[in-house]
Amino acid sequence: MRRDSVGYTMMVAAVLCIVCSVLVSGAAVGLRSRQQANKDAFRKENILIAAGMLEKNQSVEELFEARIQEQLIDLATGTPASPDAVPAPYDQRSAARDPDLSVGIDAAQDVAGIKRREKYSQVYLVRQENGELEKIVLPVYGKGLWSTLRGFLALEADLNTVAGLTFYEHKETPGLGGEIDNPLWKAKWPGKLLRDSEGAIQLEVIKGQVQAGTPRAQHQIDGLSGATITSRGVSNLIRYWLSDNAFGPFLDQIAKGNLGESDG
Amino acid sequence: MADQQAKDVVVGPIFSNNPIALQVLGICSALAVTTKLETSVVMCLAVIVVLVLSNLFVSLIRKFIPGSIRIIVQMTIIASLVICVEQILQAFAYEISTTMSVFVGLIITNCIVMGRAEAYAMKNPPTWSMLDGLGNGLGYSLILIVVGIFRELLGSGKLWGYQVLSLSSEGGWYVPNGLMLLSPSAFFIIGLTIWAIRTWKPDQVETES
Repeated sequence: MRRDSVGYTMMVAAVLCIVCSVLVSGAAVGLRSRQQANKDAFRKENILIAAGMLEKNQSVEELFEARIQEQLIDLATGTPASPDAVPAPYDQRSAARDPDLSVGIDAAQDVAGIKRREKYSQVYLVRQENGELEKIVLPVYGKGLWSTLRGFLALEADLNTVAGLTFYEHKETPGLGGEIDNPLWKAKWPGKLLRDSEGAIQLEVIKGQVQAGTPRAQHQIDGLSGATITSRGVSNLIRYWLSDNAFGPFLDQIAKGNLGESDG
Repeated sequence: MADQQAKDVVVGPIFSNNPIALQVLGICSALAVTTKLETSVVMCLAVIVVLVLSNLFVSLIRKFIPGSIRIIVQMTIIASLVICVEQILQAFAYEISTTMSVFVGLIITNCIVMGRAEAYAMKNPPTWSMLDGLGNGLGYSLILIVVGIFRELLGSGKLWGYQVLSLSSEGGWYVPNGLMLLSPSAFFIIGLTIWAIRTWKPDQVETES
């Protein structure tokens, strides 16, 4: 067959496609379990970082197993989701885009800029050795400047004191918005108060430095210089996820003691 | 004779025929991943692997590729290799792969890889093509690592993640240069590097026409 004939060309293209697709799918399938394990470990590590519990020389897996209880909740009611409603294994990230598993957010309420959110969310309850609730860790996300910031917010058992915040995925400018990863900045979060005496969410990242001694200082975090929009994004996503439209009902349930008890 | 040639094929692209400095190819990724030395090095390794293997495979089947679809054939081979590299990174270097995000995937569009496949591997036997891929990969790496060192050191006072210059925000003396963390700074550093190389090797200077 001539090298430039149509038949020969088609044959070469077909053989090439088959060989390449076998190669690519082989790599994808063969490595999937390893990639999944990496993703899981990464998520658990970040949950522990948010809760301020990760110490060097300690196995993430063991610590997570011993201290943290995962629970899937229905965001609308704040109660545990019934197993029938949710496909297993539950992938929260794709659920946020699945019409059956997510709800649209009104533009007026969509302060985090995410348009839709999942109906069910994982939450992580940190327990003391005696089973008493110590902290809760909530997955949060919202728009920054270039990208969606995804992270975990940890609250103390009083549900009003921040225990920590960490972002595990974002594509903000390194050195500016990317400084949300800076341990010094993250260290400013623990101990800040979420709500004022009326219960409104006051926690926010401000522009410039917090003036110590002012009444609002306990709700405020230093802004990141050169990263106004990223800073605002962080404030907004906290405001959205802790509002009654998202984790509010769940926090109410915890406050009533409905989920706070250990099941062990 | 053969030894001499092998050395030329590998070493030539590093200084005298550098794909970035002389041919000014592939600078897109040189901007994107060089804010840290670590990501620069991972990117370099990924590009070297893809270049060597794509040159090898293209060269192996060069006598069978019909001229009318040769570019697409090269592209398919390159794309498949890049996806494999990406999967391997996600499996074995997860944290780095999250910071590299889309840029590993963009090796597909790196002109150096295509350029070597079309210009060299289509005409030369497999061993030579691999050496050529290695040489060009190293030439690309040289520039990326130089850019990465300058950007990380001047932009955040660190090298390979370790604090080298003590930052003023943490009580030290060095005020980091934020521009170094933004893409344009890579252009400045590449420009200065090209200047340095051409001062050293004046034959690379284009003649004015």
